[in-house]
Amino acid sequence: MTIALETQNLEKTFGGLRVTRDLSLKIEQGARHALIGPNGAGKTTVINQLTGVLKPNSGRILLEGHDITDLPVHKRVLRGLSRTFQINQLYPDLTPLETIGLAVSERLGHGGDWWRRMGTRSDVNGEIADLLSRFHLLDAMNEQTVTLPYGKQRLLEIAVAIAAKPRVLLLDEPAAGVPESERHDILAVVGSLPRDVTVLLIEHDMDLVFSFADRISVLVSGALLTEGAPEQVARDPQVKAVYLGEEAVNV
Amino acid sequence: MSAASDVGHHAQRQARWHFGEAAFWLVVLACGFLFPSRYLIMTDILRLALFAMSLDLILGYAGIVSLGHAAFFGVGAYAAGLLALHGIINEPVLALIAAGLAAMVLGFATSFLVIRGVDLTRLMVTLGIALLLEALAERFSNVTGGTDGLQGIEMQPILGAIPFDMFGKAGFFYSLAVLFVLFLLARRIVHSPFGLSLRAIKNNPLRAAAIGIPVNRRLIAIYTLAAFYAGIAGALFTQTTAIASLDVFAFDRSADLMLVLVIGGTGYLYGGLIGAVIFRMLQEVFSTITPQYWQFWIGLVLVVIVLVGRQRLHYGVLFLPNLLIKQIAGRKAVVSVPESDT
Repeated sequence: MTIALETQNLEKTFGGLRVTRDLSLKIEQGARHALIGPNGAGKTTVINQLTGVLKPNSGRILLEGHDITDLPVHKRVLRGLSRTFQINQLYPDLTPLETIGLAVSERLGHGGDWWRRMGTRSDVNGEIADLLSRFHLLDAMNEQTVTLPYGKQRLLEIAVAIAAKPRVLLLDEPAAGVPESERHDILAVVGSLPRDVTVLLIEHDMDLVFSFADRISVLVSGALLTEGAPEQVARDPQVKAVYLGEEAVNV
Repeated sequence: MSAASDVGHHAQRQARWHFGEAAFWLVVLACGFLFPSRYLIMTDILRLALFAMSLDLILGYAGIVSLGHAAFFGVGAYAAGLLALHGIINEPVLALIAAGLAAMVLGFATSFLVIRGVDLTRLMVTLGIALLLEALAERFSNVTGGTDGLQGIEMQPILGAIPFDMFGKAGFFYSLAVLFVLFLLARRIVHSPFGLSLRAIKNNPLRAAAIGIPVNRRLIAIYTLAAFYAGIAGALFTQTTAIASLDVFAFDRSADLMLVLVIGGTGYLYGGLIGAVIFRMLQEVFSTITPQYWQFWIGLVLVVIVLVGRQRLHYGVLFLPNLLIKQIAGRKAVVSVPESDT
């Protein structure tokens, strides 16, 4: 089995606070891997280190065997590591057509092209059309993103990440904030991702985690608590304690 | 129509020429024939328009604020002056390009300081660089002529054929040609994937990086290009007025530019052009009414624009101009007045 994404002894501190503690994760090629944990466990910090937004204090990150620890964000994307954000990170003034068009152009290496107009490359246009229709955005392609309903924006958020044709995709709570009526679209899209794309899912929603993931890692206070197949994790008394404990606090 | 060609069609929607744009340029050209006694002020407006377009490229598209854009204007102005004065490059068009390149080099070198940091840092860094250059120009008065400026510049005929005349007719059409060519280039660039990536960076740098855009490299590129444009505007100033003095670096010049874009709006290329016309007209009108206090009225107009907010102005007072802009740009101008930007 090949490892798509791996962290080795990752450490991150904010001031005196250790938010990632000696974290070693291995995510297999083609896996549907979920990273779960209570609020404040440091899940998003891990994602930010994987994508290069934050630099770890020590430890290494390997993408398909290559050390990417020191690569800037955009270079990791070009190497096939793409993400969605927990809170939509889109371009309010741009249209879905422009947003996706840009992502496709960048991937194909036309992003720095300053002479040829947008929309004059048929290969780019074809991919844009394909993505827009897959994500039910064809009707809205000329609307400013800021005016789109939340569910559509969420679809666009995922579509942009897919437009980078990732080999490893990090989904940070893809269904967060989406109204029940539009949830189905999101889940269908996530479920229909090609099998050769490795997915790391960060999620609070346990129904979604257990229906989607074939492997689960549990993060508590920045450290790996346990890891295993879903049924194994579900039975784990430590995990139960963590989640029940949190529930009790929340109530 | 297949989905792909449909997408292509829509993607190029903004890039297509609108009837209003052609009309705009025809009107500008017609002004050259209709007001032969006003060449000097009209040339001044063209220079300001080009200068403002330069700031629009970084402010309106990439979201980089600057209070020191006169640095590049000044370098272009002195470069053109020195080239002509010492007879290094006599032909004005070549000298113009050389002066632009000189400003471009400065732009590239300082871009590394400017792209890091937030808006306030950028304001201070750009302001500082312009002040620094002004002081340097004053210090090395043996080269720049100090407070007297460069004197005795004699311009050779354009392309060796068209001499500058004392009414400023040649200067006007020369400036107009330069403005138009650079406008076409800018228009081409902002509708390219590169131009679109700048808007993406302005909108959300985090997401821009997350789709693979090399954010810093793009910002350096556009900042350098904008410096080239500003340098050309400065060189035009020297070539059409045959003087270059320390005030080419003045803070007023950078500040005026902000005001021009506040009036005209940013992010659709015509903002600088329209803003320059309105700004100079206001200046003219107010200085005719109250020669001493015209700045008071200009100030008042600006305070009103910013306080009342462009949004409300758009619906009320500016309804007609907006209709015009829509004709020209094909969509409502994306306005980013720094003060009211969220």
